[in-house]
Parts: sequence; C-alpha cells; structure tokens
Amino acid sequence: MSSEDGPQAPTGGDGAAGTDGGPADHGGTSTNRKGSRLDGQPLEYAPAPESRSVVRLREAYDPFIDGEFAPAKSGGHLTTADPSDEEPLARVAVCGEADVDRAMAAARRAYDTVWRDLPGAERGKYLFRIARILQERAREIAVLETLDNGKPIKETRDFDVPMAAAHFFYHAGWADKLAYAGMGPDPRPVGVCAQVVPWNFPLLMLAWKIAPALAAGNTAVLKPAETTPLSALLFAEVCQEAELPPGVVNIVTGDGETGRLLVTHPGADKVAFTGSTEVGRGIARALAGTGRRLTLELGGKGANIVYDDAALDQAVEGVVNGVFFNQGHVCCAGSRLLVQESVAEEFLERLRARMALLRLGDPLDKNTDIGAVNSAAQLERIRALAETGRAEGAEAWSPPCTLPERGHWFPPTVFTGVTQAHRVAREEIFGPVLSVLTFRTPEEAVAKANNTPYGLSAGVWTEKGSRMLWTAERLRAGVVWSNTFNRFDPASPFGGYKESGYGREGGRHGLEAYLA
Amino acid sequence: MPQTAIAAEQAPSNRALREFLHGLPGVDEVGARERAAGLATRSVKTTAKAAALDLAVRMVDLTTLEGADTPGKVRALAAKARRPDPDDPEAPSAAAVCVYSDLVAVAAEAVRGSGVGVASVATAFPSGRAPLEAKLADTRRAVADGATEIDMVIDRGAFLAGDYRKVHEEITAVREACGGAHLKVILETGELSTLDNVRRASWLAMGAGADFIKTSTGKVAPAATPPVVLVMLEAVRDNLAATGRAVGVKPAGGIRTAKEAIRNLVMVQEVAGPRWLDPALFRIGASSLLNDLLMQRAKLRTGAYAGPDYFTID
Amino acid sequence: MPEHRHEGAEAPRVAVRKTHKLYIGGAFPRSESGRSYPVASADGEHLANAGMASRKDARDAVAAARKAFPGWAGRTAYNRGQVLYRAAEMMEGRRAQFAAELAAATGAGRPEAEREVSAAIDRWVYYAGWTDKAAQVLGGTNPVSGPYDNRSAPEPTGVVAVLAPQEAPLLGLVSVLAPVVAMGNTAVLAASERAPLPAVALAEVLATSDLPGGVANILTGRTAELAPPLAAHADVNALDLAGAGELAAELEEAAAETLKRVLRPDPAVEWEADPGLSRIRPFLETKTVWHPVGT
Repeated sequence: MSSEDGPQAPTGGDGAAGTDGGPADHGGTSTNRKGSRLDGQPLEYAPAPESRSVVRLREAYDPFIDGEFAPAKSGGHLTTADPSDEEPLARVAVCGEADVDRAMAAARRAYDTVWRDLPGAERGKYLFRIARILQERAREIAVLETLDNGKPIKETRDFDVPMAAAHFFYHAGWADKLAYAGMGPDPRPVGVCAQVVPWNFPLLMLAWKIAPALAAGNTAVLKPAETTPLSALLFAEVCQEAELPPGVVNIVTGDGETGRLLVTHPGADKVAFTGSTEVGRGIARALAGTGRRLTLELGGKGANIVYDDAALDQAVEGVVNGVFFNQGHVCCAGSRLLVQESVAEEFLERLRARMALLRLGDPLDKNTDIGAVNSAAQLERIRALAETGRAEGAEAWSPPCTLPERGHWFPPTVFTGVTQAHRVAREEIFGPVLSVLTFRTPEEAVAKANNTPYGLSAGVWTEKGSRMLWTAERLRAGVVWSNTFNRFDPASPFGGYKESGYGREGGRHGLEAYLA
Repeated sequence: MPQTAIAAEQAPSNRALREFLHGLPGVDEVGARERAAGLATRSVKTTAKAAALDLAVRMVDLTTLEGADTPGKVRALAAKARRPDPDDPEAPSAAAVCVYSDLVAVAAEAVRGSGVGVASVATAFPSGRAPLEAKLADTRRAVADGATEIDMVIDRGAFLAGDYRKVHEEITAVREACGGAHLKVILETGELSTLDNVRRASWLAMGAGADFIKTSTGKVAPAATPPVVLVMLEAVRDNLAATGRAVGVKPAGGIRTAKEAIRNLVMVQEVAGPRWLDPALFRIGASSLLNDLLMQRAKLRTGAYAGPDYFTID
Repeated sequence: MPEHRHEGAEAPRVAVRKTHKLYIGGAFPRSESGRSYPVASADGEHLANAGMASRKDARDAVAAARKAFPGWAGRTAYNRGQVLYRAAEMMEGRRAQFAAELAAATGAGRPEAEREVSAAIDRWVYYAGWTDKAAQVLGGTNPVSGPYDNRSAPEPTGVVAVLAPQEAPLLGLVSVLAPVVAMGNTAVLAASERAPLPAVALAEVLATSDLPGGVANILTGRTAELAPPLAAHADVNALDLAGAGELAAELEEAAAETLKRVLRPDPAVEWEADPGLSRIRPFLETKTVWHPVGT
C-alpha cells in the first residue's frame, strides 16, 4: 500500500486529523468545550456483563429418563466447570450400563406405545411447543450455555439458542408432511435413535439431532458432551414443560464410556454422532454388520479460497468469522486460508488489522468476540498443534492480547509460510488458528482445497459469478459458502464428503436419516 | 486496494478515472450489512457512554435546511449549537451549524467567538442541478459571508452516467472556490443505489480534494444507513494508507437517537480507527439528534430518565 | 464351444475360442498375476477359463477409476444418458450371446434367459433416463431465513467398489453397475465369482458403447480375494456389498477406516422390481452452496 507512485495529496485537507486545526475551530477558540477531550483516543468499552442471575444452577443433576430426573444407578458423577475461570458449576451423573439400558427401554416403550402412532400433526404440535419454550427461555439458556461452554454470550444469544429454536420450529412442520420428504408415499420412522453430540454447540447440536428424529416419529436417547451437559438437562426440563410424553426424549449424561454404551446399544435402530473423525470411525466399525443405521458428522479442514477480485473487506470478515467464530471450535471452520498470491500481502495486512480488533475475554461480556477454550484437554491439543506449526517453520502471529489468568485461553493466531505438508494445514486444530497458503491459478486453488481426507466445508470469494460456480462445482465439500462463511439454517442440509462423515442434517435431506 | 489515488491537479481523463474506480475491490452488500449489524451489537455503557455522548455532541453539525428557514430560526439554532443544554454548563457545544448559503451571514454573526463553525450547503443543494458557474458563485458568496465549511453535492446524474470527469472537475472547481473553508462532498448515497457506487464516489471525491465525504443531503431516503457509513469509513481508512491524507466522514440524515450516534462511533472506531473519533474527522449532520444526546447525558448524570419538555426546541 | 465336424473332404474348421480377460481403464489386460480359473456351467460342465484378478489388479482398477472420475462426472447429464442408452443398444445387438451365456451359467431355460437379458437391457435404458432427472428430484432450493441463495444438488461420491451379486449374473450385474455410473461415479466391479462370463461379455459391450475407459472396470476372480483390498482402499469412496455374502460385516468394518459410504446387502432383494432411486441415492453426496443476494 505504497503511495510512492501516487500524486501528492491535494491541498486544503492538509492532514487535519488529530490537530487542533479542525474545521470546528475556524470560528474562534474552543474555550467552551467542557466535555472530556477524547479526540483521536480509543473509546474504551466498559464491561457489559450479562447477568448470570437468570440461571438457577442446581448443585447436582440426575439423568432424564422416561420423563423424570432420577438418580443414576451407576452412582458415578463428574463435575462440569466454567472454562473461563475453572469454577465448578454442578455435579452431573456419569450414566453406566444400567442407566443406558433403562433409557433405551423407555425410548422403546414410548416409541411402541405413544409416539410412532401419534398423528403427525399432533407430534408436530409438541415440537412447536418446544420451539416456543426455547424462545421464551432464551436468555436463561444462552447464559447457561455460555457458562458451561465458555463461548461468548453474543454467540449463544444471537446464534445457538435462536437457531436451536428455529430447528424445532422447522421440523415441527414436517411431522404431518412426511409423505413429501422424498422417501415414498408412506414413510415409516426408524425406531429408537441413539444420539451423541459434541461440546462446541451443545444445545444446537441437540436440536439438530432431536428435532428431525421426533418429527419423523422416532424416539431418542441423547448423550451430551462430558464437558457441556447442562443445556441438554435444561432441555429435558423444556420437554417436561411441553408435556412431551415420557420416554420420547431421554438424556443420559456421562463420559466417553457412556457414549460408547449408547451407540453400541443393541436396542438402537439408528445411531447419530457428531464429533471427531477418530471416534466416528470407531462407531462405524462397531456398527458394521449390525444393520443399524448410522449418520456421522465429523471433522473438517475447510479451505477458504480468496481470489484476487474478491470483495476484500467482506472476504476479511468472512475469513475471520470462518475461523474465529466460537473460538474455532467448529467442524466446518475455514481453518485454511488459500489466498491468491497477487493479493496475499495486502489481504494479510487487512486480516491482521481486523484480528487486532477481536476482543478476547469474559464470555458473559456482550462485547466479547473470543471466549474461552472449552476444556484444558482441548487447550492442550491446540497448543501442541500450534507448537508443531512453529517447529515446522511456519510463522505464527497473534494480535496483542492479554489472556486472563484463570481459565483456558488461546489467542487468535494466524500461521503464514504454511505449505500443504505442514501439520497445521492438514490436521483439524479445532481452535482459533488459521493457516495461510497461497495459490496462483483457480486450478491450483481447487487442487489444494481438495487435498485433504476431509470434505465438510469450503469457501470461495470472488466477484465473478462464473468463477464462483466453477469453483463451487469442483470443491469436494458438503457445504460451499461463496462470498460468505459459517451460515446455517434449518432448511439447509449440512454434512460432509469423505472422512467428514455421511448423512445430512437439516432440510428435506436431513429427514432421510430418520425415515425408512 | 488502490495503489494510487486520483490526482486533483492533473485533471485525469474519464478513462483513467473509470479504470481506477472500477479497479477498486467490490463491496458485497450482504457482507457489509452483516458487518455493520455486528458492530451494532457492541455495548457501550457507563463511563464509556458518557465520553461517547459528549463526543457525539461535539460532532453534531446542527442543521436546518428548510425552505421556511428565517434569520430568526437560524439564530435560535446557533444559540442551541453554542449552548445545547442551558441547565448544564458542562455540556459541550456542537461542531457547527449547517444552513443554506443565503443565511450564512446571519449564522456567522450568531456563532461569533463561540468556536462553533458555520457550514453552508452550496452548489444548488440538494439536487445539484445548476450550471457550474452558479454553483461556484453560490460557494464564493457563502465563504465571503463567513462560512467555514462548504457542504457541496456531487452531480449524481453525471456519476451514474459514467461521466466521472465531470464530477471530478466540479469538485476541484468548488474546492478552489472554497479558499480556506473546508470542503465536505455530499455523495447522496441514496441515489447511488449500490455500495460499489458509494465506494467509487468516495474515492472520486477524496481524489478531487474533499476534506470530508458526506453521505446525504437529508432530502433523499435512504440516507446515512450503517452499511453506507461502513463503506465510507473503509474508504477513508484505505485512502490514508494509500496517500497519507486523512479525510473526514459525515453521515447526515436518519441519525436521530443517541443509540444510533453511538453505533456510528463504534463503527468509526473499529473500521476507520480511533484517529477518526474527533470532530475534525467525523461529523454527524442532524437536528433532532442533539436533544436525544442531551437527554441521555442527563440520564447518566442524574440517574433519572429525562423528558423532552426539559430540553429546548429550536 | 462344441466343435462341428463338417461332412465332406474339407479339413474340419477349428473354432476360435475366446480368452476371457479383465477390463481395466478401457483395455482388456490379463491378470498381472497370470492366473485364471475354470468356470463351469450350472450343471458342472467346463465353460471357459476366466481371468483371476489379483489385489494388484484391483489396485490398478481403482487407479483407472480415479483417473476417469473427473472427466465422467464433468460430462453433462444428457451425455451420460446417451452413453448409457448406447450400452443398451449394444447389448440388444448381442442378445443371443448374452442369452446363451446366461442359460449356461444359471441353467435357466432359453425363454427365461431371454427375459432376463431383456430386463438387463431395459435397466440400462431406465438409468439412462435418470441421469438428467435425479438432480432435480433429489436437489432443490432451500428457503433459508436471510438474503442468501441456497441450493442443494447431488453429486457423485467418486470411485465406487461394487461386489456384483453372486446370483443373477446378468440382471443383478447391470442393476448394480448402471446406477453407479449413471450419476457420474466410476466403478470397480468384482463380478459374480461363480458366473463371471456375462460380466466379461458386458465389458465388451461397454468398450464399444462410448463409455470412457476407466468409468467401469470389471474384475473376475475370487470375491474373497478382491473385496478386502477394495473395502480398505483409501481412494475408494463407497462400497456396494450386494455380492459380499458372508464377508459383508468384515468388509463394512474395513470400509469404516476411511468412512466409506456402504450399501449393505439386502437379502430380500428382487432384481426384477423397479429399483427407483434406491441404488442411486447411496452413491451421491449432497452439496449445498450458499451465496448472498444483493446489489
């Protein structure tokens, strides 16, 4: 951005900024200006914390089975904590085999005796009720989710919770229209669904699983993630409030072993899992030969391709949103930036300037952009991979930012000088870390973007329509965001190619997994 | 990002201007709207809010641009600009009063010695449809009568017809006629229709010597919408990087509440940078906004919500 | 083939026998292993020797299929439909050969064999018609809540390994191969182990029907030898276990390693029935593209 070969600035303006020679002073002195003089100084946003008083945390939570909260037979428990300060929030049961059995039996009973044969229109009304209650209790749920997960209140308030409600609202309307779902004139539900969701969008992922399952006439046993069980348990209260018949939704909390018991349970007709590719692989292996249906939404290493004719300011926003949204704990994150060499330097300059504006800190502060990393284990993984990046010769940059002393934090980081061979360009980091690669031609961009075992998401930024379509057509990814990134909608199918899993969630396509 | 700005002195050809302006990066409208909406969720409270309100008051170009304007109306406006809140001597003055050119002398007399500037719309405001000679005469007269700032309108017809050279020449000529007065160039973004055009018009005006780029006349809707202000702030930021010259931005029309004003300041801070948080580089053209700012100030000071009857209407 | 002894003084003509080879990348190579195995008719009579493909042949076939994939997937749907229809035309011209081979392989009577040949030809025609319709039926515009154009469209998943059914060596064979290639996938197919000759004949039809080399690759040999490397091959995207038999569970487990799409065998399958989209859908990916709408 040199002005060397540019003409001199015209006269008149004379770089008035920051001087006392501004136009307001032409009429005389500024003696009567009594306000605090901040001219040219940053406006410090005062802390604007959301009140946590809307949430009434219990000391301990029981699993929700057959319409009731009752102590787990296992007797085990774990403590879930606020990732931003490591303060314990509540004790939660670790369900064992007997508890999972009981939940599966309750789901089977509810399926056989109530839910399967309930007219679709009536099933739908329960889902509409749930959607409405989620909207009514939105503030409470958003604060709870932020406490348990560490993500900014801005996101839980504006994204997670409204989107979860929207999923129930959308699927409610399907319940009496399944004949139009493209699965034949009289599709049947699959049966009892065993569902396991991750910690990055605890309530939203629950909604993605439970809403279509119930709309299609299935019943569900769902296990929330070990580190983020609270919103699922609050959702159980919502089911009670909606007077959903007992057993239609069951929530079993616990750890990886609880999840294993659930997905391998012989009583499941269908298994749905969102999480890491490694665990997904194991589930696919375990279910081989059982005939049980399976959908998997797994990892990703999304490429965000920025062509030299892109709308650069919006592309910068898209890249920032693509990888720093939710601290980068997003399976479809655009964690690889592929920028055309001819604009790379300028783009990175803008990107760094934009990253410097990201506000990291108290997740309950409405002005926070980057919250806490969900767990110590995840932080360790991010640190280790970032360290690998440095060791392999890539250059790391983070904006100046003070990390809180307590809690799990990682600064937004961008790696330059990255090649396809670097681990930071190949492995899913699941954190606020962007790897930057360059390309020269559209063919090279597509080849590099597709050069990964994953295939969940990709982005393309160009102002030229035909180039956008050409690129989108060739990207081997289930979701292609062009001139935008990380957009979601209940009507829009989501899911991956290759090792990012199989099956789609959302839209008409998402129903296919829950209908026979 | 343009590598060069447009030369004011060299009277560039229409082709050169077109190549430059159409070589600017595009603006994706939806993305720009989302960015502006995202910034609008910033929460400014307590001490930060107090500072922001005072700053906003000091950025107001208190405006009356009606066919029914009279010397009396202009004197009242000037009094309000000088001392917006008679009950609070701590309340700062507005930046300037903004009037039609025939009332500049009245305004200049009324603000004399106060530090409040006199801005005059000129150049066949608001349509801009008059011969250049008339526009220049209008400008010279306003400056002679004591205007410290000239708010000119661009020829939107010429801009939309692709005659960038004509727009450029007019700005350059008015710039010349301004003498020592500062020049604000009104793009009338509501008539430019697209954000790509807003970006191009911004660069065209900056290259022709504008001290400020201003959104609107206030006579056309939509006026100073957040995405438009966002794009103009990006333009002045990039222009600084390209030329070393900081050009000011003035949204005008449609900013009526303190909340909207503060949202604008947040955009200024995060898009152009804190350097623009200064009446020398950011103004808000408004009339009813001032009282809302004062009411919010009073609320912060006293803790009680204020009522409109406790603030003067001028 | 029975040889005819002619009456008269002329020396008896010795028939030219056919060597049954593999079909990989549009060529007819022998197995790199140099192996073959005897194929017997339903009543145990020796019919011919068929090539016995090795793991390495399977690997070569996957490479050929991968190489052919972008070009085939990039063809217009209309063009793919024409190519599939051409396959039907070519098969029609060789009805007698297919009927004879089928009768020998299955022991079916000639009319029954003729019926199955007809059904197999008609299946090509059926899928030729799907090529440019499935995307409309399975894709569409999604009414998202925001200023975005949002569309979902099916795309071929890539290289599909197909274990052809052991029974129904012709209709079953066409029924599993045609839907895979119709939508732009490329296939590596392991023919019925016991009755591979119709598959070899089909390869000859495909080689003369404008199907680009490598789109369909046909291996004959031991299913138990060919299936595991195909199921575990990291460059295979999907697996049709129609002819897997007892191996199905173990192959599905191997396929899990790279998260392949797996079409499990249906014990109740009736090859004569209208398949609808049941064999098209499993080998498609849904791609959803977002774009803002603005000026």
